[in-house]
Amino acid sequence: MSDGWITEHPILSIPKRRKIGFYWNDTRLRAHDGEVISSALFANGIHVFGHHVKDSSAQGIFCANGQCAQCVVIANGIPVKACMTRVEENMIVESVQGLPELPKVVDKFQFSKSKEIAADVLIIGGGPAGLSAALQLGERGINTLIVDDKDRLGGKLVLQTHKFFGSIEDCYAGTRGIEIAEILGDRIRSHRSVKVWLNSTALYVFSDKKVGVVTSGRNYRIVHPRVILNAAGARERSLVFPGNTLPGVYGAGAFQTLVNRDLVKPARRLFVVGGGNVGLIVAYHALQAGIEVVGLVEALPQCSGYKVHADKIKRLGVPLYTRHTILSANGNERVESITVGTLDDDFKPVAGTEKTYGCDTVLIAVGLDPVNEFYKEAEQAGVKVFAAGDAREIAEASTAMFSGKIAGMEIARELGREDGSIPRTWYQEASILNTPPGVEQAPDYDSFPEVDITPVFHCTQEIPCNPCVSVCPQGVISIPGDTLLGKPQIVNEDCIGCNKCVFICPGLAISLVDYRKDQDNPVVSLAYEVYNYEYKKGDLVLLTDYEGNPLHETVVLDTVISKASKKTQIIKVRVPKGIAKRVAGFKIQRDEVTVPKNEITLDKIPDDAIVCRCERVAAGEIRTLIRKGIRDLNQIKAITRAGMGACGSKTCENLILQLFKEQGVPPEEVTLSTIRPLFAEAPLGVFSNSSQ
Amino acid sequence: MNKSYDLIVIGAGSIGVPVATEFAKKGQSVLVIDSLSSPGQGQDKKAIGGIRATHSDKGKIVVCQRSIEICSQWEGMYGDDIQWRSNGYSFPAYTKKDEKILRDLMNIQQGFGLNIKWLSPEEYRELNPGINMEGLRGSTYSPEDGSASPLLFTQSCYFNAVEYGAEFKFNEAVVGFHIENSKITSVRTNKGTYHSSHVLNASGSFAREVSQMAGIDIPVDPDSHEAGISEPVEPFMGPMVVDIRKRPGSKNFYFYQSSQGQVVFCMTPDPPIPGRDNRATSKFLPMIARRMITIMPMLANLRVRRTWRGLYPMTPDGFPIVGRMRELENFYQAVGMCGQGFMLGPGMAELIYRLMTETYNSEDPEILKSFDPYRDFKGQEIFK
Repeated sequence: MSDGWITEHPILSIPKRRKIGFYWNDTRLRAHDGEVISSALFANGIHVFGHHVKDSSAQGIFCANGQCAQCVVIANGIPVKACMTRVEENMIVESVQGLPELPKVVDKFQFSKSKEIAADVLIIGGGPAGLSAALQLGERGINTLIVDDKDRLGGKLVLQTHKFFGSIEDCYAGTRGIEIAEILGDRIRSHRSVKVWLNSTALYVFSDKKVGVVTSGRNYRIVHPRVILNAAGARERSLVFPGNTLPGVYGAGAFQTLVNRDLVKPARRLFVVGGGNVGLIVAYHALQAGIEVVGLVEALPQCSGYKVHADKIKRLGVPLYTRHTILSANGNERVESITVGTLDDDFKPVAGTEKTYGCDTVLIAVGLDPVNEFYKEAEQAGVKVFAAGDAREIAEASTAMFSGKIAGMEIARELGREDGSIPRTWYQEASILNTPPGVEQAPDYDSFPEVDITPVFHCTQEIPCNPCVSVCPQGVISIPGDTLLGKPQIVNEDCIGCNKCVFICPGLAISLVDYRKDQDNPVVSLAYEVYNYEYKKGDLVLLTDYEGNPLHETVVLDTVISKASKKTQIIKVRVPKGIAKRVAGFKIQRDEVTVPKNEITLDKIPDDAIVCRCERVAAGEIRTLIRKGIRDLNQIKAITRAGMGACGSKTCENLILQLFKEQGVPPEEVTLSTIRPLFAEAPLGVFSNSSQ
Repeated sequence: MNKSYDLIVIGAGSIGVPVATEFAKKGQSVLVIDSLSSPGQGQDKKAIGGIRATHSDKGKIVVCQRSIEICSQWEGMYGDDIQWRSNGYSFPAYTKKDEKILRDLMNIQQGFGLNIKWLSPEEYRELNPGINMEGLRGSTYSPEDGSASPLLFTQSCYFNAVEYGAEFKFNEAVVGFHIENSKITSVRTNKGTYHSSHVLNASGSFAREVSQMAGIDIPVDPDSHEAGISEPVEPFMGPMVVDIRKRPGSKNFYFYQSSQGQVVFCMTPDPPIPGRDNRATSKFLPMIARRMITIMPMLANLRVRRTWRGLYPMTPDGFPIVGRMRELENFYQAVGMCGQGFMLGPGMAELIYRLMTETYNSEDPEILKSFDPYRDFKGQEIFK
């Protein structure tokens, strides 16, 4: 497949990369130099990397984050995780059928002692929280070490092509996540007391208060910190349904990694499960990568993510099915379709409502859980530990930056390097940034004047966000009560049509209506960021209201993109006065993408759905044990091996707990499984720092 | 509570669970009490799974021979796969001194009728192809020893016990005994009081504390060993490797490949780490990694999945304490298994039944003598 890589993207720049050759089993394939094996395989259309030893089920990408071992392949004779290992020129990559063979080594080894490094502060995770904390520490000259398992700083920011909410001064609102990552990274590098280890995985906080870290997959180092900040972020929750482990079913975060970091086009047509911000954003990212989005299901009566995110994708033609759930992913060796159904008031699927849609990928975005092992381990070891960002509480990246900043200052105080107390306003602002979206209210279009030129806000919910207010040079826009929370309003008629508010609005929820040339047929300017679906002057567009309902068909009057617009395009259309203020966007997806296929009926009790994907343990096996009276996850593990696999129960523990709940077992009766080292697997050769 | 049991067992671990099965099977009423939330959650699940009869004294040899018999026939008897594998044990020697120690011991073991022989380096390499041949002088090999999953064994045994009618109380800690006329009449827990005609202390690393509640001190003190397990790989190993050499920070260490393809490994720290601290230390992996790669270089590419730290309830001489207390005539000990509770358990359960019902066979008196709670503890087990 020649179109396996993304060659154009409205936001991301596509670097020129050297092509290299490698082997997949006996076939020679092309890859980009420096790309991880899994992405090279995906770009070549290969999604099945091997078959499980227990039941020969197809294995492929699941976490794309080095946390599970479903993508294991043999690279030059050695079993490796494909998502964490770079492909090399002429590398022989082989699929794993059953168990991998341990390569024979006859050479002798030289051992060297693990380097032991002292640090005042060890920050695990170089994402928005960790970096914000490090800035506070760096400003005070505190000896700080950041370890991060990726090849660049920024954590999940490097996957975010959309603009951020919040306020400009607190959290770079209106700037794209990928750009915030660069800004924070540059600021970190200016602090000499902050050291950064990239490609470095923290494995465990040992009882002797030392942290084992594998760097570059080769060296084992022991860090001896005075204080640890756990800023390791979050992991994605999984779901149990038939077909949930088919290659092609994976997390929204894994998808963003493939698309926005590795610039691979892993799907042609996908379906999203979950209408929180992550699900809504990932649908948008898919469109930006030129991937069709068949639909999105959300179990609740309305999406829990920001309404502007939901509206944004609805306008582009993605149907959102609320009160719906996934019933199964269907296919033989990989996903060929998804079956969804309606839920009743008790969240039970309603028989007869099943609909099946064709797609090759199902993205699961049903929430995140904090990566909190390091915190617990540090507590047990008696090391002073703080947490920030998602590792502390799941929230937006803007909140993560703020909680990192607060943690940084708390740590400085702990170390006696800061006498001042933490400003109370910081906590207030952090709590404002973390406010859930308010009640939805339809836009009050009558409140906007119909003379000269005016911005129109299609913002229907109070969310913590105000860059439009900050950026307006004329003071036209204000939020009542001078808070971040609240909907923007027009307070004067001095708009000069500079488009700055249109460009910066993270929800793409501001249009500009210009009555100056033709009062009865004003020109509407709309923000557009998916211009890989290209619209040129003269092209026909179907305009929609803020929620994607069709309003009017017309032709594009003009398109504008400039340096000031920061990669947001303006599409101009002329429309009758009566609908001008209601025009909020236009549809880009064809209807045929989103229509269901023939309907299929389902087995009502998916006992064969896989709960533990590492060890292939099905829901039925675990249900039987729960019904037998077992209440200890460790006992379930002993009997079934569920939770004993490579990921260390990170994926299945929640799912098993759901089964307990379903069987009516109160949570306080359930004993959770024990956390043990290691966070990720590493070869014995690494621990001995051996070289041949 | 009026019900009185024939036997109360304190501890649902390597000894307690098989004992419950044995007694329940023979129609006795048994109650097992454990402070943890399910069977085998103390040190039993920390066992690496090796089962050998090749010890240095008759007691442990005979008990473990029976354990091997039971484990190898388990699936046929009860239908549950416990991953028994007759992979054998080997003790390779790299020094003249070690060779002598091993050969001398082998002679004793052969005297007890054990199947153990000496292999040349080349013969040994046939069994464990990755072994480092440099300086290798040969190895003992006992093909009838083997391994099984402690997790699966204990769970299967537990469900059998329940089926035979044994009762279990989990999340319940023993807090004391009611004693009358040199007899325990009831066992008190944090949740209730239970009556029984016999009481067995099988509380592993808590043996001393539990016994002290009955006013009896027994010399059992835990120390800790760390262990780990790798990802599964295609079978490449034959017998378990036990390296008896001393290295800075450690005494012997051992590893084998389970029937699932995972390599399980464990090391004896030097000096011993007394106490009940269960948390992993940063020293273990670098130390054992170096030793494992030295003796089998191909292990350098083997990825470690998980590690843990388990307790060896040690006695002064390295032999278990099994027997009836003189001070309290219905109080029995089956403690101080010195890290071998899993391999001793199945055979020991049958011995304990014969002990408590006084239905001895011809060998029992001699065996029980070496486990006697009132011995002088001056001897020394050669390989603990």
